[in-house]
Amino acid sequence: MSVLVNRNTRLVVQGITGKTGMFHAEQSLAYGTSVVAGVTPGKGGEVVLPKYGKGVPVYDTVAEAVKQQGANASVIFVPPPLAADAILEAADAGIALVVCITEGIPVSDMIAVKRALAGRSTRLIGPNCPGIITPEQCRIGIMPGYIHRPGKIGVVSRSGTLTYEAVHQLTTLGLGQTTAIGIGGDPVNGTNFVDCLELFNADGDTEGIVMIGEIGGSAEEDGAAYIKAHVRKPVVGFIAGTTAPAGKRMGHAGAIISGGKGTASAKLSALREAGVHIADTPSDIGQTMLRALGG
Amino acid sequence: MKIHEYQGKELLRKEGVPVPLSRVAFSPAEAQTAAAELIGQTATEVVVVKSQIHAGGRGKGRFVEHPELGGVKVVRGADAARDVAAKMLGSTLVTIQTGPEGKRVQRLLVEQGMDIARELYLAITLDRASGRNTVMASTEGGMEIEEVAAAHPEKILRETIDPAVGLQPYQARNLAYGLGLAGDAAKKMVVFLRKLAVAYDRLDCAMLEVNPLVVTKAGEVLALDAKVTFDDNALYRHPDVEALRDPSEEDASELEAKNYDLSYIKLDGTIGCMVNGAGLAMATMDIIKYFGAEPANFLDVGGGATAEKVTAAFKIITKDPHCKGILVNIFGGIMKCDTIAEGVIVAIKEVGLKVPLVVRLEGTNVELGKKMLDESGLRVTTASSLRDAASKIVELAK
Repeated sequence: MSVLVNRNTRLVVQGITGKTGMFHAEQSLAYGTSVVAGVTPGKGGEVVLPKYGKGVPVYDTVAEAVKQQGANASVIFVPPPLAADAILEAADAGIALVVCITEGIPVSDMIAVKRALAGRSTRLIGPNCPGIITPEQCRIGIMPGYIHRPGKIGVVSRSGTLTYEAVHQLTTLGLGQTTAIGIGGDPVNGTNFVDCLELFNADGDTEGIVMIGEIGGSAEEDGAAYIKAHVRKPVVGFIAGTTAPAGKRMGHAGAIISGGKGTASAKLSALREAGVHIADTPSDIGQTMLRALGG
Repeated sequence: MKIHEYQGKELLRKEGVPVPLSRVAFSPAEAQTAAAELIGQTATEVVVVKSQIHAGGRGKGRFVEHPELGGVKVVRGADAARDVAAKMLGSTLVTIQTGPEGKRVQRLLVEQGMDIARELYLAITLDRASGRNTVMASTEGGMEIEEVAAAHPEKILRETIDPAVGLQPYQARNLAYGLGLAGDAAKKMVVFLRKLAVAYDRLDCAMLEVNPLVVTKAGEVLALDAKVTFDDNALYRHPDVEALRDPSEEDASELEAKNYDLSYIKLDGTIGCMVNGAGLAMATMDIIKYFGAEPANFLDVGGGATAEKVTAAFKIITKDPHCKGILVNIFGGIMKCDTIAEGVIVAIKEVGLKVPLVVRLEGTNVELGKKMLDESGLRVTTASSLRDAASKIVELAK
């Protein structure tokens, strides 16, 4: 089993005619994902990536892609100024899962998007995230598919390449993944740690969970509280940014220690208190899971 | 992005937020003229000369060249303003936020003197938990909000702004009454708060702090200080704000990195690092510390790095005189390891290699990348894992 995405996911790529959108649409197709449509306003009627079956039809609107191709998930590769609009268009077209890869969206745009999505059934992952993958079934986003293997570990992370590092370690040790979710590094995002922990906790096939956080905000602390109250599966945690100085934005807009809040040490102690197995270094995430499962 | 106090006040003034009368001055003569004008407008001899640097704690800070002088000075008369300006301009101000090296003062704000009845604290910033902006207010004006939060959390009033409707009048009233204001002052506070909230939104701020917000003896409500930080992601729609950037306040290497679209932050350690991805870059810094050394920088080359970008990154790292070793850690997913290897080789051939270098590559085309490094004839140590890489560079840099 898996969470959120599987063989039945029918993906529409918003911004498919752009360089990044096209590249990753092809990567997802090659991975076996059902990429059923693309959307670029003004380019409706085109067909791209012709070497995959009949190619991928492009529509002017997400609503049309849903109507014609039954798309039920979307991935967004449009530039930052257009991203909020793309998310809301997908939600309005009835897409259940919207994954926004775009990095650099203004915070005020995301505040408005979050408000507009409140009370709706659409789930947003991201923005500024690597996406979500269920190994050998469905790849949505920009992660390298080949490092993943099907298995029993759920992975949730705020980071991109650090997630690949963790997945690579798991796979090398023979620990496959049910689903790996990158929730993104922005201060205002859609799906958070608690949402993913709930999903993995309820998934019968997920036997262990890896949670990778970073400095800034309190999403890790919220996750720790949820784990303490509800999760009995082994959880391995890592927090990036122990050495980060206060007041400096470490790449991600959300990775900043401000006003003494959001430090790695506060997050680590909350996780420890929740019974999470902490990986001492980013190189020990896989080994720590192996030990946690054994004991 | 940060701006100076005088720039923040100009922006607020344009948005209709009450601020004191003031002028910016770049020379003692300008300070004298500014003071004379203010004295003419206000019927008081008192003016305040304020050093303009991107760091807090100016009032309590001290000049290296004039240890008796703080960063903010109240004076009487235009001649006194000129004399103080002559001491401040070109001198180095050390505050709790500048570090011991301090910052050179190149601009001053000359401001009207105020008859202050009360000093309050006000700020608007993002509340990440709710995904909304929130107004924070406290009666403890002049104090750092972190200190108030630690000692008297009950003294901090909050109102969360619903983005659909903005800060409502009742919320502004809650804050005004909560701060103990009444009558005309409370009404003026409500107007102040609503204008400030609109300004925050319109200018795409990340933080807008007014500390102190003052109520004068005449009952006026004014922003006596203004610390404005902008959302970098939104600067593309505010060219007027972007134009306020003061490059002399920013680290030269960080600015150069920005030109190559690299995310670089200078740190105090000795191990330079180059990594792809912000989370992995932080984790790499952490593992360097785990093995007993300190990182010299944070550097994320990003997802779509080219050989040229890698070369530029390498040059920035090697320019740091404290750098005693370099760790390159790349998890090539989409980014190919041979591209990284090519960039590193070109960089070394161009700038030379005076310190040990450990390269850890993983992912797409990893064998090809390693082969290129091995065959380059350069003194590069390769590593099999992140742990292996970190322990090797810490050892080699000793």
